[in-house]
Amino acid sequence: MAGKSGKETGKSRWAAGVTPYKEMGYWKPDYEPQPSDILCAFRMVPQEGIEPDEAGAAIAGESSTATWTVVWTDRLTAYENYQAKCYRVDRVPGTDQYIAHIAYSIDLFEEGSIANLTSSIIGNVFGFKALKSLRLEDMRIPPHYVKTFQGPAHGVVMEREYLNKYGRPLLGATVKPKLGLSARNYGRVVYEALRGGLDFTKDDENVNSQPFMRWRDRFLFSMEGVAKAQAASGEIKGHYMNVTAGTMEEMYERADFAKEIGSIIVMIDLTIGYTAIQSMAKWARRNGVLLHLHRAGHGTYTRQKTHGISFRVISKWMRLAGVDHIHAGTVVGKLEGDPNAIRGFYRTLLCNKADPDPTLGLYYEQDWASMPGLMPVASGGIHAGQTHQLLHYLGEDVVLQFGGGTIGHPDGIAEGAAANRVAVEAMILARNEGRDYLNEGPEILAAAAKWSPSLRKALEIWKDITFDFTSTDVPDGVVTPSV
Amino acid sequence: MVSKAESPPAADPGLTSGVDLGQAYRDSNIDALLDELDRELVGLKPVKTRIREIAALLLVAKLRETQGLTTDRPTLHMSFTGRPGTGKTTVAMRMAKILNHLGYVRKGHLVVATRDDLVGQYVGHTAPKTKEVIKRAMGGVLFIDEAYYLYRPENERDYGPEAIEMLLQVMENNRDDLVVVLAGYKDRMDTFFHSNPGFHSRVAHHLDFPDYETDELMGIAELMLASQHYEFDGTARRAFREYLERRMTMPHFANARSVRNAIDRAKLRQANRLVKKGGTVARGELTRIDADDIRQSRVFADDGEDSTDTPHRGGKDAV
Amino acid sequence: MHITQGTFSYLPPLSDVQIRAQVQYCLDQDWAVSIEFTDDPHPRNAYWDMWGLPMFDVKDSAGVMNEVQACRAAKPERYIRVNGYDRRYGRQTVGLSFIVQRPKNEPGFRLERQESTDRVIRYTLHSYATDKPEGERY
Repeated sequence: MAGKSGKETGKSRWAAGVTPYKEMGYWKPDYEPQPSDILCAFRMVPQEGIEPDEAGAAIAGESSTATWTVVWTDRLTAYENYQAKCYRVDRVPGTDQYIAHIAYSIDLFEEGSIANLTSSIIGNVFGFKALKSLRLEDMRIPPHYVKTFQGPAHGVVMEREYLNKYGRPLLGATVKPKLGLSARNYGRVVYEALRGGLDFTKDDENVNSQPFMRWRDRFLFSMEGVAKAQAASGEIKGHYMNVTAGTMEEMYERADFAKEIGSIIVMIDLTIGYTAIQSMAKWARRNGVLLHLHRAGHGTYTRQKTHGISFRVISKWMRLAGVDHIHAGTVVGKLEGDPNAIRGFYRTLLCNKADPDPTLGLYYEQDWASMPGLMPVASGGIHAGQTHQLLHYLGEDVVLQFGGGTIGHPDGIAEGAAANRVAVEAMILARNEGRDYLNEGPEILAAAAKWSPSLRKALEIWKDITFDFTSTDVPDGVVTPSV
Repeated sequence: MVSKAESPPAADPGLTSGVDLGQAYRDSNIDALLDELDRELVGLKPVKTRIREIAALLLVAKLRETQGLTTDRPTLHMSFTGRPGTGKTTVAMRMAKILNHLGYVRKGHLVVATRDDLVGQYVGHTAPKTKEVIKRAMGGVLFIDEAYYLYRPENERDYGPEAIEMLLQVMENNRDDLVVVLAGYKDRMDTFFHSNPGFHSRVAHHLDFPDYETDELMGIAELMLASQHYEFDGTARRAFREYLERRMTMPHFANARSVRNAIDRAKLRQANRLVKKGGTVARGELTRIDADDIRQSRVFADDGEDSTDTPHRGGKDAV
Repeated sequence: MHITQGTFSYLPPLSDVQIRAQVQYCLDQDWAVSIEFTDDPHPRNAYWDMWGLPMFDVKDSAGVMNEVQACRAAKPERYIRVNGYDRRYGRQTVGLSFIVQRPKNEPGFRLERQESTDRVIRYTLHSYATDKPEGERY
């Protein structure tokens, strides 16, 4: 490809052979993006000798109509319409990276298909030799295209009304150990955690139907736990029943069974693929069952700053695809997550309209055209002692999942669950009273621990646990506070 | 807000270092509020003086409280008497802010109500209506305009007394939650207080709003015009003064409100005059009100009819 | 049995001062506050009886607290909850909801299991209180 960069001049656009993408109409610096265009921001590192605008044009070309050589059959089409246009390339200061902005006509995409959208935009440009690396940072999905998707099966508002729970983060926990528990033992953990005060328990992403515990047995025992906990508390509770399976038919079978025995929520993994996710979202809406998505596998392509796809793009796709819950980072826990980047994800998941905000990594405005928001889930290495920080960074529309932080409580699972619930309610109470809860958080928790022995124990045991590493995925040019 | 004294010297107030009254006054930000009132309302000297006095009283009462001197919580309910357009509502709004800054009401908003908002027409309608208004006014000032209409002795089956009963109750029991201002014409308010001694004993401050002098009304007019980018020319100014002198002797004169209405009419006539004339209009012409714009008012017509204008017959005000 | 519906059920019962602060928080968010009561606390009982209409245009919690007291006086043995309603576009639902009174004795729920084929069990919650007719439950 290097040979193509800007050497040939004066050649006709339609002469047979190889022509730079720039000269084929994929570089249009004066192009005004249309309101219905899909816009993409790519972070790219071109190979030495490739001009950045040619690299941008190449991405535009390869993700739309172009192939490596001129084809006369282009002239049978209104090709200008189908060509993606790279209209801006900015250098990222102090690096060899550039941000290329590319506009795609809405004509390029099939209505209501994440598979088609992604095949077009990330189909094969990521292996392009002319680039050292490439990352899809953000997309502006116009309302015209948004409206062709179902969106979240229920959304945050409907979920809260369904659960009859308002004004505080919801609480969950993943049953531990992940693997090896028999169905009966598994259901015990569900019961204890829900009875103690959690709203949800959860199968882990890799808990499907293994030899030590088949899915149907797990569902039955878990449901016994859920029902008993509901009777003991007078609250609606749920266990995310993971219906991930090898085929769509098997997933439907498991989901139908979960619904039949009264589960209010089922769960799928990101690994099942976009089309399967969309199918399950339709199923979830049709059957009135909430749909939880575990983002299994995303770290393979979202984490590195220079190659892959930002999680904010995955967030957008999943909102369109139609799940009700998605894991979106904790800021303070054990998994990757810069505070500002995560705020950007949460805004993407919850906002009806978001303005561009470089500090949060949001490159474009995004209008969801009243498509409901979905509930972000914070999971992985968080505990009650961080409640004030979690509330500050994540807000109240979130499921806080304290797995180890519930099940590892020295006095038992129910006590661990109660500790988390007390911590959250005490923090919300203090926040609403106008207290500076972020700074006074430890005192607020200590005061509650005076009358709550379960919280007292939890604070003692996990008081020094923090996961303080530098994030790899940080929005450009922004000072990030360390947590 | 009044800053609480740091060290509570309750044991022996006489020996403590005292309090910085000037600082407390500055902290309360009362001056800014009073200045605003000065800018907003022309004249009203006696009213403004009374408000300054009341503010001082309340400030000292608060300071006494912080010093542990027993003070009964001062009664704050007031009556504002005066003819329409003398600035009662504006002052009440300002008063609500002052009370808020001094820490006597928590929110400092003003809820204006009349008999219609409080009294129902059927059995059982009055209590919920009054309760609703009181609920909205909590934390602020409840301004009851023409309060005497609540009391209609000539009608035996009137539900006004029910509202009066409830108002008296909150004026007594919820003194920390809201301040009630009763407003209306002076003579009628006097009668009202006479026949409802319960109100009279609960109202601490009576403020009388005098009618404006001609000069003050002229000042109001100029202020209004300037804020809308108009101005009188020399002859218009004389004409308007003459207009005011006549208008003040006529029925339904409503002070500042009458001035506003007269100016609105004059603007209408000016526009008419310009359109009729046609052609290019200089910028100055667009802002200038001339004598003719004033003198066409029916106030100047000997028979009381205005040939060029159709006055609002139903309105409160002559034009 | 201690029903844990509502935002603050895991905390000790809120004092009136604490309730007032939460009500003021709602009002400061420009939410309409409403009061509801019931003698049927089944978690699927979405519609508790309304103690008057939601209170719109109220700025200060004092008036709301009067209503809370009045509701308590009139319904001493009922559950009473205070809701803050957020009418904002994109929200249009309850923003905060918490219990401010409970009956002295909360009998709770019985879990009924209907055994079906293939080990499937259908679960139903039965509120002991509703065994008695309305008005005599607590």
